[in-house]
Amino acid sequence: MRYDRAVMGRGRIGRLGLLVATIAVLIFMYLPLSLVIAYAFNKSGTQTWPPTGFTLEWVNAALNNRGLKDAFMTSVGIALGATFVAMILGSLAAMGVARHRFFGRDTVSFLLVLPISLPGVVTGMALSTTFATTDLPLGVMAIIVGHATFCVVLVYNNVIARLRRVSGTLEEASADLGADSFQTFRFVTFPQMRTAILAGALLAFALSFDEIIVTFFVAGGVKTLPIWIFQSFRLANQVALVNVAGLAAILLSVIPVYIATRLTSDSSTVGRT
Amino acid sequence: MGPPPARSFRRGLAAWMERHPRLRLLLLLGLPLGALVLIYFGSLAILFLNAFWQRDTFTGLVQRDFTLENFLDLARPVFITVTLRTLVMAAAVTLTCAAIAFPISYYMARVASPRVRGAMVVAVLMPLWASYLIKIYSWKLILSEDGVLNWALSPFGLKGPGFGEVGLWLVFTYLWLPYMILPLFAGLERIPSSVLEASADLGARTWTTFRRVILPLAIPALVAGSIFTFSLTLGDYITPGQIASGRQFIGNLILADFGVPNLPLAAAEALVPLAIIITYLVIARRLGAFDAL
Repeated sequence: MRYDRAVMGRGRIGRLGLLVATIAVLIFMYLPLSLVIAYAFNKSGTQTWPPTGFTLEWVNAALNNRGLKDAFMTSVGIALGATFVAMILGSLAAMGVARHRFFGRDTVSFLLVLPISLPGVVTGMALSTTFATTDLPLGVMAIIVGHATFCVVLVYNNVIARLRRVSGTLEEASADLGADSFQTFRFVTFPQMRTAILAGALLAFALSFDEIIVTFFVAGGVKTLPIWIFQSFRLANQVALVNVAGLAAILLSVIPVYIATRLTSDSSTVGRT
Repeated sequence: MGPPPARSFRRGLAAWMERHPRLRLLLLLGLPLGALVLIYFGSLAILFLNAFWQRDTFTGLVQRDFTLENFLDLARPVFITVTLRTLVMAAAVTLTCAAIAFPISYYMARVASPRVRGAMVVAVLMPLWASYLIKIYSWKLILSEDGVLNWALSPFGLKGPGFGEVGLWLVFTYLWLPYMILPLFAGLERIPSSVLEASADLGARTWTTFRRVILPLAIPALVAGSIFTFSLTLGDYITPGQIASGRQFIGNLILADFGVPNLPLAAAEALVPLAIIITYLVIARRLGAFDAL
């Protein structure tokens, strides 16, 4: 009885208090986002609260807006490119670190996490300066390179977590049964990694699709969806479209992340091919 | 008849790599690390180099003559004020995030059933990834003069903070909160129940257990979360510009100098947040925060 009360959240009052605080935090996290979604269907098309009625007019207008559609497609293309690069580089690095012992092994993780953890304004300016110095053009390729540098770690973290959980014994068994290292990779290692790579890739896609701080420095006139949204902040006649674009931006980052969490919560990875 | 030649070649290559694990390692790590070092660290080095060069006052272009003047310019009162203001903001946001994150993380880690816990992790993850710009935009809608907050507060005769430093503090807290909840949840989940029971058996009340057992064990996780809240605040120039446009923060200042254009000065200034975060990361690593990420 005594320690029931003493351990936080086990006593009735403590538990109720925690529950109330938890729900309050969840409301705080979701209220602003739901507001944008509500405005996307708001009849008056202005930002005054409360909304005046329901309409699909703005969704329709957004679907027919050339600039918005182009920006959306540009962002999808860039995110796919950055994800592809991140998938390959992140998986390679994870396999190297997880299955080898070498000097400086911990440093590799530290180096890979740096691009995502250093201030965005510094990363953006550094990349922009480098492209200018080396006479490489800014634009879609520059954005893909920039995004890939900090997307790699997302794939790397997912894959290395998976490889650490599934021990190397299956790979040793495969070798003992006469498979060469390519066969072991194809039939043993890769099937185990597959969903982790996909989960990392989905996160990379969501991050790239949403990025603006670094993108701004290397875009060189290319309009991604976040840049389109940012520039529309200043245009009073586009506020209604921004809400719809916001809805699209929320969905295209949240849906991949939702799938990614489903992929990694499934721990039964061994034995499925 | 032996196996086809292509296959034996592959077998031979595989066996050769098996005998040379160092080479296999090089093949695996060479490309990712090579690309990272060349592009990312190369870019940082080029930026660093620019901080030692001069700017032609007429054209604004970089002249490759060595100078330390850009670093002396860091001592100017404006830059010091802006840096301190940003650091105070980052600290305030970090503390607020930690305070708000604690109850929900604790609930997720130690009270909720496994199913609810799983659902809540997803519920916290999704706002983290939902469009950053739209989250800022939603707060512009909330804080504006005829926005939701003033509408909700007006029956009580109150007014929201509007656009300014208080509003910015709110928005930053909102933006980075999930980055604090997730590591804290993972850290609290790892505390063995036996430790908490032992504390209770020894006569500690809830508050004492929290202060002397849970909090110290949660430090690495809190530090891990604070890496994000700090670095994201220091590197952001969009949120301050949108929510507190009258006030300069280090991100805006660097961007403004970059746009002048005065790349050498902007490069020297960029070294300040860079140095702060790298120092922070090194200390965090010592405190074991990287195991908590």
